[in-house]
Amino acid sequence: MSKYNLVEPPDGYSAPGFFATTLDRVVGLARKNSIWPLPFATSCCGIEFMATMGANYDLARFGSERLSFSPRQADLLMVMGTIAKKMGPIVHQVYEQMAEPRWVLSVGACASSGGIFDTYSVLQGIDRVVPVDVYVPGCPPRPEQILDGFMKIQELVGNESLRRRYSPEYRELLEKYGIR
Amino acid sequence: MEDNYKMEHLGKEHILIRPEDYDKNFSTLNLGPTHPATHGIFQNILTMNGETIVDTEQTVGYIHRAFEKLAERRAFYQITTLTDRLNYCSSPINNIGWQTTVEKLLGVQTSKRIDYMRIIIMELARISDHLICNSVIGVDSGALTGFVYVFQEREKIYEIYEEICGARLTTNLGRIGGFERDFTPSVINKIREFIANLPKVIKQFEKLLLRNRIFMDRTINVGGISAERALNYGFTGPCLRAAGVDYDVRVMNPYSSYNDFDFTIPVGTNGDTYDRFCVRQEEIWQSIKLVKNALENLPEGSYHMEVPEFYLPAKEEVYSKMESLIWHFKIVMGEVEVPVGEVYHSVEGGNGELGFYLVSDGGRTPFRLHFRRPCFIYYQAFPEMVKGSFLSDAILTMSSMNVIAGELDA
Amino acid sequence: MKQQLIHDSLQKKFQNESILFDETSDILTFTVRKQSIVEVVQFLKEVLGFQFLTDLCGIHYPEQELALGVVYHLHNFQTNTRIRVKTFTSVQKPQIDTLTNLFSSANWMERETYDFFGIDFVGHPNLIRILNVEYLDYFPLRKEYPLEDQTRKDKDDRFFGR
Repeated sequence: MSKYNLVEPPDGYSAPGFFATTLDRVVGLARKNSIWPLPFATSCCGIEFMATMGANYDLARFGSERLSFSPRQADLLMVMGTIAKKMGPIVHQVYEQMAEPRWVLSVGACASSGGIFDTYSVLQGIDRVVPVDVYVPGCPPRPEQILDGFMKIQELVGNESLRRRYSPEYRELLEKYGIR
Repeated sequence: MEDNYKMEHLGKEHILIRPEDYDKNFSTLNLGPTHPATHGIFQNILTMNGETIVDTEQTVGYIHRAFEKLAERRAFYQITTLTDRLNYCSSPINNIGWQTTVEKLLGVQTSKRIDYMRIIIMELARISDHLICNSVIGVDSGALTGFVYVFQEREKIYEIYEEICGARLTTNLGRIGGFERDFTPSVINKIREFIANLPKVIKQFEKLLLRNRIFMDRTINVGGISAERALNYGFTGPCLRAAGVDYDVRVMNPYSSYNDFDFTIPVGTNGDTYDRFCVRQEEIWQSIKLVKNALENLPEGSYHMEVPEFYLPAKEEVYSKMESLIWHFKIVMGEVEVPVGEVYHSVEGGNGELGFYLVSDGGRTPFRLHFRRPCFIYYQAFPEMVKGSFLSDAILTMSSMNVIAGELDA
Repeated sequence: MKQQLIHDSLQKKFQNESILFDETSDILTFTVRKQSIVEVVQFLKEVLGFQFLTDLCGIHYPEQELALGVVYHLHNFQTNTRIRVKTFTSVQKPQIDTLTNLFSSANWMERETYDFFGIDFVGHPNLIRILNVEYLDYFPLRKEYPLEDQTRKDKDDRFFGR
């Protein structure tokens, strides 16, 4: 027995020579194990992200070996750190430039809700400007927590229906944020 | 989305070519707030003549969190958590800087044991900060390997912090008047082991970069500044020492018993990127020496001074005696008497002189607290340092100045 | 450098100025009128050797007649002396001369003080907001303004004790 595990195949009907399953399960399996994140690191949570990328907590084993700083080539927008009101339009612009399908992970208390900075200059949570999929609380969250949030994103990606991005509810969600 | 939140202020006007530049054939490049090479978010709009930079326009404030206004609403006991987030690569230095400022206002003299413990922690934080800065200079010039090896050592520093105070990065370490608990034998063993193993890794890292032909070609005579201009721009810390001025707050205005120790201040000659890299490397070696000396000579004594208005009483007493319970409540709510006065105290942070100007009017919160943030002050010199150099040189200059966004904007 | 020496040379040079010396703080502190701040700082820099501007910040005392103030910290490296200079101006017409001709580091520090307190530095090359957004229409660190953003809807002040 090899000590390396491959991913579990999805449910399906298999017989000698073929394996039948639904398309969205296969696509979900491929997508969830090769998410390319865009690390939008602004402050202290960014340093914890650098520790997560390091050798000890290794994000690369989840398929995110290649960090993409260009929004066009990224799947997951990881917003880490405090977003001030001056920075809000830039998060919005970066999100708009990402191609579908795209997900958002909000890491840290400041990105989720403003954190300890309940002041006049801090955006109280990035869900004021972009739709968020998973929130990771913590100040800063430990690398294991960031990995846990990342695995929840993987669950979402794996179980997503292929028609979700064309559905009227999704369109309404984007309309609410002013994203074309 | 809320109506009051204006989305059209994207600053796009800057990116368009200005009419006065049409006949000069200058182009404008936006090294925008989100960029892999800017460690932290600040924007530089470069006016370029081909590949050479003619002028730079800087925009900061993308992570302005209003620390100074926030500090006017938090009790003295609670401001330590704010100071963590200034220079978050070396948060214990900020915490201890704040605590020593309040001790200066109160007139409390800490014992030698507390001072030596503080020195150990501050020097570990300085090693941690310089390791990030130097490995990231390596990453920006293409050498990613050093970064990965050096971050393993930082994980060990994080483990030491976890043993001392429970947190990895934003430590909220220590109390006004000392520490909340003593160093356990496990902490001392971890520090000893770490200091014994660190020199080997630093030597490997130096072998990669310090005398590397490519690295030296990329960093010598790049982003230099003379000592007179550096002093005029208010430089402090490794950037000033690389320019040739040996100003170190630990030697000029010693705090926390630094004058008991013998260490050298590394000084450069040109003020260029290579000198800044070398000064930081040498400071890591000096910090290792300081930690070793402080650990070997750690005197016996109490780990906290008697400052009843600011130091929480022991938990056994809080749960059994009435006065301790009342004191605990008063301290946490900040209903204690603070002397009226103003004080300026500075410590040597990872980037230079981190100063705290505290004005107290006797209330439960400071009347005014101003942070003298070193990289906010010296980042102004960036246009002068990169004028006439190439874009890739500008990237290396920016990363060698170790601009940390939390400290830049506060 | 002895404090008495600085005290005496300042008194001698600026005889018609009323310099208020404050003996209670940790370092030598004095207040000057805003009309003579550039002269005093130039004297400190060129004659007494305080060639390093450590810090420049603003302060607001609402009960005083001249409510807005600027506090300068200077440092003489040769003799290891620090000094604090204060100057005050009124809220109705907050104008103070700039120090950017003497110290280049005053550039951003004065912009930050303008951003937070609204003090207009006369002669500054580029006095615009530096840390806050450009469309902010008030000066947040003045005492009359609250800390929290008053337009946020998600936090209910009743639960936060405000």
